[in-house]
Parts: sequence; structure tokens; C-alpha cells
Amino acid sequence: MSAATATTGTIARVSGPLVEVEGLAGVAMFDVVDLGPRELPGEVVSIRDGVLTVQAYEYTGGLRPGHPARARGEPLSVPLGPGLLGHVFDGLLRPLSGMPAFLPPRPVGGGTTPGEWHFEAAADPGARLAEGDRLGTVDPHGAMPLPILVPPHVSGELTWVAGSGTYAADAVVARVGDTDVALTQRWPVRLPRPYRSRGYDARPLHTGQRVVDLLFPVARGSAVGVPGGFGTGKTVLLQQIAKWCDADVIVYVGCGERGNEMAEVVSELSELRDPRTGGPLAERTVVIANTSNMPMMARESSVYTGMTVAEYFRDQGRHVVLIADSTSRWAEALRELASRTGTMPAEEGYPADLASSLAAFYERAGEVTTLGGTVGSVTVIGAVSPPGGDLTEPVTSQTERFVRCLWSLDHDLAYARHYPALSWTGSFSRDADMLGGWFIHHGDPEWARRRARMSGLLAEADRLTSLAELVGAGTLPGHERVVMLAGRLLRLVVLQQNALSPNDVTCGPAKGAALGDAVLAVVDQCERLVESGVPATAVEEVDFGPLVRARSDTGADDAEGVNALLDEVLKRLAQLT
Amino acid sequence: MNTTWGEIEHAGLHEIRGPLVLVRGVQGVGWDESVRLRSTSGDTRAGTVLEVDRDLAVVQVLEGTQGLDLEGTTVGFAGEVLHVPVGDAWLGRVCNGRGEPLDGGPPVLAGTRAAVGGQPINPTLREPPRDPVMTGVSVVDALTTLVRGQKLPVFSVAGLPHLQLATQIAAQASAGDEPFAVVFAAMGLTHADGAAVIDALEERSARGELVLLLNTADDPVIERLLTPRIALTVAEHLAYAGGRHVLVVMADMTSYAEALREVSAVRGEIPGRRAYPGYLYSDLASLYERCGRIRGLPGSVTLLPVLTMPAGDITHPVPDLTGYITEGQVVLSPEVHARGIYPPVDPLASLSRLMRHGAGAGRTRPDHLDLAAQLLAALSRSRQVRELAELLGAAALSETDQQYLDFEGAVEEGLLDQGTTESRSLDDTLDRAWQAVGRLPRRELSALDPLMVAAHLDVAADRGVGEEP
Repeated sequence: MSAATATTGTIARVSGPLVEVEGLAGVAMFDVVDLGPRELPGEVVSIRDGVLTVQAYEYTGGLRPGHPARARGEPLSVPLGPGLLGHVFDGLLRPLSGMPAFLPPRPVGGGTTPGEWHFEAAADPGARLAEGDRLGTVDPHGAMPLPILVPPHVSGELTWVAGSGTYAADAVVARVGDTDVALTQRWPVRLPRPYRSRGYDARPLHTGQRVVDLLFPVARGSAVGVPGGFGTGKTVLLQQIAKWCDADVIVYVGCGERGNEMAEVVSELSELRDPRTGGPLAERTVVIANTSNMPMMARESSVYTGMTVAEYFRDQGRHVVLIADSTSRWAEALRELASRTGTMPAEEGYPADLASSLAAFYERAGEVTTLGGTVGSVTVIGAVSPPGGDLTEPVTSQTERFVRCLWSLDHDLAYARHYPALSWTGSFSRDADMLGGWFIHHGDPEWARRRARMSGLLAEADRLTSLAELVGAGTLPGHERVVMLAGRLLRLVVLQQNALSPNDVTCGPAKGAALGDAVLAVVDQCERLVESGVPATAVEEVDFGPLVRARSDTGADDAEGVNALLDEVLKRLAQLT
Repeated sequence: MNTTWGEIEHAGLHEIRGPLVLVRGVQGVGWDESVRLRSTSGDTRAGTVLEVDRDLAVVQVLEGTQGLDLEGTTVGFAGEVLHVPVGDAWLGRVCNGRGEPLDGGPPVLAGTRAAVGGQPINPTLREPPRDPVMTGVSVVDALTTLVRGQKLPVFSVAGLPHLQLATQIAAQASAGDEPFAVVFAAMGLTHADGAAVIDALEERSARGELVLLLNTADDPVIERLLTPRIALTVAEHLAYAGGRHVLVVMADMTSYAEALREVSAVRGEIPGRRAYPGYLYSDLASLYERCGRIRGLPGSVTLLPVLTMPAGDITHPVPDLTGYITEGQVVLSPEVHARGIYPPVDPLASLSRLMRHGAGAGRTRPDHLDLAAQLLAALSRSRQVRELAELLGAAALSETDQQYLDFEGAVEEGLLDQGTTESRSLDDTLDRAWQAVGRLPRRELSALDPLMVAAHLDVAADRGVGEEP
């Protein structure tokens, strides 16, 4: 980092992003090397006989043998401090605001957002502090106060702390033992940040998407894979969750995705209000935008960069959701890197360590007791883009093994304009049983029973529908036709959600439960009618309109409104007897 | 191309393999630098540096290595990556895939030069696409509106008139009263197809609104990798410096991807799916992502790549990876083609992801989005009814379903089908859509505001056309 530690070598070979450097001593694997006169950053990927192979993070056009190469003496590290929330960064966490319209290859640089921040000390000189203890707070009276903590592996007496005032992001504000602590601290992205212990107290992450919250719930600190071919609405679903889930901080990693889409996310987040703070939703969000035409190596590092930022906020006792769209592009970057370095390919050209890379990434999710003793979590939601929609391909099949929830998006549902196109047959939630227990003590004891009934009805309805396609629905007995009706109502009333409807864009827990219960109540009533001899055709022809419109006609938390519409439908059914 | 070549021309090659040439004893040569080779007989060829290892440079020759020998060939290095001149001088020109004139005119010269590789657009300075490009093709304008700054591919199969459709759009497209230009990058076209394209776009070219780069099927395969990059570099300048809305048509991307595969094989890279290189996604993205609008700058770059799906397989790597990058797709269908409809678009398989931002009140017409949604919903039901009718017989259908039975045909004949040189106004197009949905019972038009329905259908009944101020 500083000139004193830098050693200089010479570039000997350039082949695309792969650069060989000679004469550079004392360099470790994964250390960052600045290449050529423009100091393009790269990472050491192999060392042999005094020759370093460096993988550049930037386009290397014009780089030539004879150019200098300098070692930074540290692996790829990012600055963590004020100025992260509400901003947009590239895959190496370099701020994108303030950069020109066309991004040139450039050095790593300082990396902090320019500006000054108000800091107030929370500890007095003389105090004995351990790692994770709070030194003070940036913006203590704002919507998102940022605690400044003693960094990991540092402890001792607080010999000096800065007074209240405004400071630049890299200003030193305290001295603990003989270590200076700045507002911004650096951390190597590939190294998980330490914590005291992992916790397994399941409580749900409320996403505002009914199909998730009612059928395939996710616990805080869990990991989710979201496989879906193109056009299945993967990005829309992830954006909805980024906007409406009840996390404190969202880290949104656009990994090899569309530039226009990233522009859309950023502009929508700045327009939407956070219901809890009243400020723009952007202020709880860090966006890491590595669009698909940015250099491949920065794509490889962007998921680690995002994870490190997420862990930084977790260590402050925040509940963080990390959204990575798409992990397949990351895996492809791994494959490209492996292919260039001549690693023996395994399945479909991916390196043999793909599974362990995926596992290591998803295992950084979790709910922890932080070094400072508070509880924080990182929930990881990773999109998977299977080539040709083939769910047996390596990235999808390996991801399934390491995640606790799988939200599988189905092309046929999307084609039928059923959104979110989350398949109830292809998805799972291993958190559901635990969360059922949580709901018993937190206001919704019926949650697990409701989920079981809805899943059962959906599966039975699917079976009967394929039967009816062969023999005609008219030949099925009355109660089976009611099951098919139940499947249809569950899809229309509960599972479908309109991202464009102001009332339906998100759904509170009470309304979700009320909608589920309403359909089940109607189904019960229909069963009774059919049993008492009312023809199934008559039941099917009842206008269920009020129930179907309930999700868009009532506010996001309006369970009462749902119940009123339910009564209307029950009255219509009552007229059949 | 306005490049100052290095004084030293290296004589004596070390090895020639496929399109690759190995030169020993070089110094100060950078990766991806552009190269000029002169053969014994005196003709010059362009190349780029693929790899430079100490004093050994691996050069990829664009025009192929036929006729090159180890002894007589000299090599000059440019000292920079490949640049092309950019500017208005390109307008009205017809060039080959390397940007050299085919129209008998002088070489394209301009004061400004730009690197063909381009640079990624800063996502924070991207302006989300908002306004339509009008193509004059009903099915596109009505149901999959093309939005300025969007990338919307045409997925087709061999034997369908995709090139005709792309050419028609290139000839007719406009952005209201704002300056407009088309850059047509033809890749791997047969000579007959190339001539047809030149012919169809003659008028636009004469108006100084067209740049045509023509790489034919028998041109060197590596040149094909350059064609879209030159096209996009020229387009970016016409758009952001010249303030034009530029439509870049790239046909056929499958030929491009095959060229990429061929070159990758020669380089000895580890093949990925269907032997395409593992970086096919990144490479396609480096082209497709160059579309967009930039905050504070006039103009826009809109992309219309055309690709043929080998054996009609949409999961083939080229359409599949394209679909992951682009913002929707226009899908051509052999079934519709067989019914004699042009353009043979399958509206249900097609989608423009940005349409809801680029169409509707203030963009096209207030009734546009609801009308399109209603028409597609009815089309979907019509298709279900047809399948049902095939199983059970049309007589078994309910009265409502009977009316859906011939709805798809009505849409195809009334809205989709049009002449290959017929440019329809938006009003004409949307009125045709109204006439189609007007065949359904009013109670079936649940996606439409009843007042809107009355305004369009009741007045239309009197005048024979719809009404919109």
C-alpha cells in the first residue's frame, strides 16, 4: 500500500488478462500487483520459479513486456466505512459516482466516497477495549447511525479518541493500544470477517412476497438459491425483495448483469420510501454494479466484495441481505480464469473446485453473535442462470446442495404470466419447520398448518389437472373438482403477486395469512356444498371476483379488508344451498 | 486507417499456423495492439496481437494467412490497440467488414479516432430507456415496442424472412422528429443477401442516414469479429457526439459466434458448451452492452441483433446467452410463416422488457399498453381454445370459446400481416389492434377501461377506424 513496502518487477508476458511478472520477490498468493504505467490492478494466481502469474482486473490492451509491476503487499482489500450506504460501486468497491460516462481501465485507488462525516466518540480515553467494542458513531442522530468499532485482532487501552466533529472517511479517530483506528478500515475480501459465535435461533426474514413468506420462507442468516432461465422474472423477484424485505441493510451485487437494469434499480431505489425510516430506500442499500461488459476478473471478485460489505454491517449488529445476481456469471468467471491458467477442467469446463468455491461463499451467510456481543446476520440470496434452463447443469446442481432454500423459477408459469413464477413443485425451504415453531409464539400459531394445507392442495390440484386434460374435467367427482378449484384460487389469490400494483407490490404478514385463510375457508365451504349435493359446475360458476381482486383492492397490511371480501364470497356461496 | 505505423518493420516470421503468425525478436509490443503485415507480393493485411511473451508476439491476421511465407513477410506494429476514424463521414457509405470502402468511394477519413473495443458505460450515468423507436412494423410497434437504448434481438430459424424484417426495420425506423441513423453490420451474409440489403436500404443511404458494413460469408472469418465492433464504435460517436438516435442492426449473430468458436479452436482454448469458448457470454455482452442512453448526452444507441437458432433450438448457447443479456426478444415462428403471414412473429413468445417504460401515455398513445396486454391475454386464451378444440372438437366449445377460436387468425391477418415495404403509422397499427379485440364480446375485455373501449370501438363502428386525438 505504501511506497516503502512496494517492490518492483518487470512484465514478461501478456496474454489477455493473464500477465507474467519476473523479478518480484516476497509476494504471496492473491496479493495485489499494480501492472504497467497505468497501475492496472491484478491478483497473483500462481508463483513458480520466480515467475508470478497475475490475473488483471482490468483490460490490459497496450500492456507490454518490459513494463514495471509493483506489489502492494496485501491481498485484494476494500475500504469499509462511511459513504457505503446509498452509493454505487464497481466490483472492486471503487465508487462509480463521479466517474466518467465511459469507464477507462484504472488503478485501485483510495476507494472511499469523498466527503466528510460527523463523528461522536462513545468511549473515554483510558478505557480498556476489546475487538468489536464501540469507539463512537458516525451520524448518530441520522436514520442509519454507523458505529465505529475496534477492528478485529485489535485490543488494549484507548489512549486517544477524537472529539465530536466532522472528519474525512480516512481520518484516524482513535488509538487503541498502539494501533491507529480510522473511520474507514480495510479488509481482504476473500477472508471471512470474524465473529464470536454462530447462532441458530430461527426467525423469518419477511420478504413481502407471499409465495415465499407463506410457502418457502427463509430464516435470517440463511442462504437461498434462485435458479431460473431467462425471462422467468428472476431479476424482478430479487428487486422486489431488495425493496420490501424487512432487513436493515441490502447489499445488491449485480454480477455480470445488464447495465440498463442496474440503472433501473438505482433510480427506483432512490424514488421509493423506506416505510421504517421515511428516507429513500437507497439509503439502506449498497449497490455493487459489475455489468456484463466490465472486466471478467472484477466480476469474480464482486461477490466477495459484496459479502465483505455485508459482513461489515453484520458486525455492527445489523440484519443484512446480500443479493447476488447472478452467481452463474461468477462461476463462469471462475471457469474462464481456470481455462486461461490451464487448470484441468471438470464438469462442463468448470474447475473441479467449483463446489468448494460455492460452498465457501454460501457458508459466509449466517446469524452470529458479533465480536462486540450484538446479534447480526447475513442472509444470502443468489440467483442462478442455468444455460438453456437446464437445472442439471453444474452451478445449479451444486448450489442446491449448499443452500437452505431453493426458489426455483418456472418457465411455463412465466409464459402463462404467473408472477412471481416460483414453482411450488421445484422449490424447497429447509427453514420452514423451524420457522413454524417461531410463528407459534409470535402471533400466527396456524402458520405451519396453513402452509401444509396449501402445499397439499396445490400438489393434488396439479395431479388432478393433468388427469383432467386426459379424461375431461366433467368426468371427475365433485370433491376432486373442488380441489382443482382450490388450486386455481390459491394461484390467483395467494401466489400471484403484481409488482406493478401499488397495493400488491408487497404484502404484510397479516394480509398474507388472511388471504391464505380466506381461500381455505372458501374451499371448505365449497366442499360442504358439493357434499350436500350441489353440482360442482354450479360451485365453479360462482363469481369469486372479490376474492381474486382482494390482493390489489386492499392495502399491504389490510387483513380486515380481505376478510370483508371473503364474507362477500361466502355469502354468494351460501345462496347456492 | 490514420494509424502511424512503427518505423521498424520486423522481417522474418517464426511460425504460421491457421490465422496466427508468430514473430520473434520484437520489443515494446503491447497486447491487443494492431498490426500490419506486408506479404512478399506486396499486399497488406491487418492483425492484432493475441499474446506477447518476452520477444515473441503472436499475431492474429484478419484477412487470413493465405499467401504469407516465413521469409518475405514484414510486420509493423502500431503501438496502440485498433482504432477507427469516427464521424459523420461514415454516413451514406457502404464498406466491408473491416471498414474499407465497397462503394468505390475514398477511404473513410475523419479527424477523430476511437478504439474499437469501447469502454463500459458507467451504470450510474446510464439514463433508463424511456422513448420508443417506431419501426412501422405493426407487430413490433404494437406488442413488443422497441425502446431507445434497448437491445432487442430477433430470434429466427433458417429459412424465415428475418433478414427481410431486419432490413425493413432498418429502412423504416424513426424516432419522431429527432435525428436518426442506422448502422447495419452484416455478418456472414451470402452475396445475394448482401445485395438485397444494399438494395433495400438504398434510399436511407442516399439520405445520409445509413452506414453499412458488409462481411460476406466467404470473407475471412476473423474479420467478422471486428465488424460489429467497428459498427458500434461508429454508432456511439454518431449518437453521443452527433446527437442522433442510432439503431444498430447486427445480422447474423450466429455467424459471429461461429467465427468466435473457429478462432478459439485455432488458439487452442478449452471449449465450453457446444465447443463455443467459455467466454462467449462475456464476448456477446461486450457487444450488446454498448447500447443505451447516457445522462447529459444527446442521442441513444439501440441494438437489434438478428440470430438464427440452429435447428430452431432456443436453448442453443447463442440464443440462450443472448437472451440472458438482452432486454426481451422478437421470436419468428415457422408455423406462422407457413400460414403465409409476414412478418411471421409469434407474439406470445416475444417480449420487450422495456416496453412499459417506452410506450403508453406521453410516449406512444394512452391506450397502447392496456390494449397490448388485452390482445396478448386474448391471444393466449385463443391458443388454449384451439388446442382444446383439436382434442374435443369445435362443437364441444362454449359460445365464448367459439369466439376465441378464430381470434388468433384475425390478429395475424388484421394486425401482423403487412407488406415488406409497407410502413404503418402507430395510429393505423393500434386501430388494427382495436379492430381485432373488437371481435370479442365486450365482457371479455376485462383489461381495458370500458370508457376506452367505448371511445375506440363505438366510434370505429361509425367511421370504420379508431379515434385518438
